[in-house]
Amino acid sequence: MADEKENIGEKKYKYSIIIPTFNERLNIAIIVYLIFKHLRDVDFEIIVVDDGSPDGTQDIVKQLQQLYGEDRILLRARAKKLGLGTAYIHGLKYATGDFVVIMDADLSHHPKYLPSFIKKQLETNASIVTGTRYVKDGGVHGWNLMRKLTSRGANVLAQTLLWPGVSDLTGSFRLYKKCVLEDVISSCVSKGYVFQMEMIVRASRKGYQIEEVPITFVDRVFGTSKLGGSEIVEYLKGLVYLLLTT
Amino acid sequence: MELWKRFDLVMFTGTYNTAILKSYISFVSRTMKHVVKILSLLVAVSAFWIALLQAAIIPRSHTWLLPIYFVVSLGCYGLLMVGIGLMQFPTCPREAVLLQHDITEAKDFLSANGVDVRSD
Repeated sequence: MADEKENIGEKKYKYSIIIPTFNERLNIAIIVYLIFKHLRDVDFEIIVVDDGSPDGTQDIVKQLQQLYGEDRILLRARAKKLGLGTAYIHGLKYATGDFVVIMDADLSHHPKYLPSFIKKQLETNASIVTGTRYVKDGGVHGWNLMRKLTSRGANVLAQTLLWPGVSDLTGSFRLYKKCVLEDVISSCVSKGYVFQMEMIVRASRKGYQIEEVPITFVDRVFGTSKLGGSEIVEYLKGLVYLLLTT
Repeated sequence: MELWKRFDLVMFTGTYNTAILKSYISFVSRTMKHVVKILSLLVAVSAFWIALLQAAIIPRSHTWLLPIYFVVSLGCYGLLMVGIGLMQFPTCPREAVLLQHDITEAKDFLSANGVDVRSD
């Protein structure tokens, strides 16, 4: 085994996958299964940051730990819902990998793209690899025309104002070098999806190399959550904030 | 000589000033906020527009309307980009089906290995 590694001349990297959860009892089990299925020869750990889910998500994670090992699945829970940004910071404290992947727990991000993220990073030595839904090999399923229109309009506006250098600003399926994530996250203050935008824009301004990988996004919760006027106002406020402070 | 007749001189001065401005911007771009970059660009364009006004190469009435033309074309360009993007919006209906298969496969494996897969 040691000879093989020397011949290939590759260094083995470890990947920490941080998944914030809230009431994702079934989805977290499926995601863990899929990650193990698609990352067979990769050294990784999954860090589940649960915000005190009342539906028993943490019990399911403990069962998964019995099945896959407590060194592969880390449960680092918090007492109550405290927000996405702080969930990443919390998870980062326990991450022992060279790279950190962040993804959603609702199965909109499919673990089958993890190998392509890893491959892209190894090929280009990028500091950040971000998944983009808006290119030819990517895509979204589950959005109606109005939702697509607001998404496209928001994207054009953000591209014109911010020149971010990435095609999908609000996406949250990303691979970071651990030191880069620590650096960027410490300077971000927004909440929600504006937080995701702030992270990638700040990283771009700091000069970090960012590569993109096409991903598909299956939105199964869209019907239940509407994109109302207040969300649009939040987005515009976020854009102006980013315009003035980055 | 009358400066307003020397179009080539006006163009040269305008271009020279813009070039100086651009290299200054790229030199400090790491520390500069993005909004300052945009404002610098607007200042450069405004300077060029004022120079055009004073040189009176194009009739003054046309020159006064240039900013409006610019804003309108920017708006039209934005709308065009939104429309094109909407038409070319990538969709993936197959993925929803594949996801259902994955969910079934996962549920089968997990329930056979002691993980509770009831969803509430």
